[in-house]
Amino acid sequence: MAWHVVPGAEALGEDEIVGLKIDGVDVAVCRHDGAYHAFQNVCTHQYALLSDGFVEDGCIECPLHQARFDIKTGQPQCAPASVPIRIFPVKVEDGRVYVDLDGGKG
Amino acid sequence: MSALTEKIVIVGAGQAGGRAAEALRLAGHTGPLTLIGEENEPPYERPALSKGVLLGTEAESSTHVLPRAAYAERNITLRLGTWVEAIAPAAQRLLLSDGEWMAYDKLLLCTGSRVRPLHGVPDIAGVHYLRTLADCRRLKADLQPGAQMIIVGGGFIGLEIASTALKRGVTVSVVERQPFLLERVVPRAIAAAVQDLHRSRGVTLHLNTAAVEILGDRRVTGIRLADGRVLPAGIVLIGIGILPNTELAEAAGAASDDGVIVDEFGRTTLPNVYAAGDVTSHPNPILGRRLRLESWQNAQNQAITVARNMLGGNVPYAEVPWFWSDQLDTNIQMVGAASPDAEVHWRGDPASGRAMAFAWEDGRLRYAVAFNNGAELRFARKLIERGADVSPDLLCNPGRKLKDIAGAAIQAA
Repeated sequence: MAWHVVPGAEALGEDEIVGLKIDGVDVAVCRHDGAYHAFQNVCTHQYALLSDGFVEDGCIECPLHQARFDIKTGQPQCAPASVPIRIFPVKVEDGRVYVDLDGGKG
Repeated sequence: MSALTEKIVIVGAGQAGGRAAEALRLAGHTGPLTLIGEENEPPYERPALSKGVLLGTEAESSTHVLPRAAYAERNITLRLGTWVEAIAPAAQRLLLSDGEWMAYDKLLLCTGSRVRPLHGVPDIAGVHYLRTLADCRRLKADLQPGAQMIIVGGGFIGLEIASTALKRGVTVSVVERQPFLLERVVPRAIAAAVQDLHRSRGVTLHLNTAAVEILGDRRVTGIRLADGRVLPAGIVLIGIGILPNTELAEAAGAASDDGVIVDEFGRTTLPNVYAAGDVTSHPNPILGRRLRLESWQNAQNQAITVARNMLGGNVPYAEVPWFWSDQLDTNIQMVGAASPDAEVHWRGDPASGRAMAFAWEDGRLRYAVAFNNGAELRFARKLIERGADVSPDLLCNPGRKLKDIAGAAIQAA
């Protein structure tokens, strides 16, 4: 387990999202229903950063082709995506948000 | 017989045909399913053919609608290199190019479109159109650094190819008959911003003039313009639009008028025959008129909706048209529809690389475009969908978030 702090994530508002690179990996972190969620930031359909997209109803919508993924399970919700995004574990400690890249599933 | 076990044949194995086949299986169809395609390629999406695949940064396989193995896994029979000669609608049978008669319970026509030819063009090396993967491979081989290229037609396909050719070190000129680029497709104020972008990157634009002759014996050497000037070029790309492949449906007796006529569920005027994608003229309930769309969105989403309706669904296809283009490091996304003279207002300055513009007609917001700002376009889409009443002053106020403006206007609508 290697927890990486996500600078500034604690300041995210509801359904706001931020993208960052951790050890060369594009990661997105968003806040939804008061909880933080982290997932791979590159869409599985074609190259686009999901952090440029939109969080709504528990899904992240890609800004390029409007593919939608469930932010808790990573499962694609509609065409054109058919491959899930990876989900990473998140914890909050002392008011800061941490992501574990090794604990990803999917 | 249940609709889920009927024999379905899809004619046309492009993006629409591929997405329809996928959608039928996802919706529970277990009967025989055959996808007939003239090209020797599994269904693929075309947008990258003028961009990443042509540039060489994206693999051809990235354009595939489904991985090649998925068709066998889902028991979808792919008949490639095959086309349909005729439909016998009363007998519910098709005559294939290899002489076979194939029966169907339901038929879906996704025959797409083909390039509009420029008359009098000689069949010589260096002259290209771009529609298929095979076209893309041929053009890519010609795009060598230092080459001179002329693009006939200032539409999206031509401008995307201009952008890709520049990246490959090719010198590019665009010849457009109309006084503006993108004349048929965007308001002029937006075309002007695209023109500025291309000029600033070194694309030479020849507007308001026609290419009247392609010069060269075995290989192209240039073109002659209507005003007599000769422009030298080793590559000529013709991108003057596409034509719907309606002939098969028309010969079978289907109604057609700039596209095969379908209703909002995708039904043609022939029993048990449906159509989806580029080839259709379909009603758009949001815009209140009939449309034929040449777009990725329509190829995918109309096909999915119609496929579900073929299995007994009853959902109209109703989306605000959406389109995108990538040119010169600029992602341009558009929603809605507007005439060339629509009143346009900007939110931000397009010269900065990031901006939006909105167009009103008859006092209603009808169209929006985002330059490198695709994520914000969703708010405009919702405003157009709901027919919200929103003024230029409000929407173009940079001091307020678009999300908040749209939220308030939609609540009031």
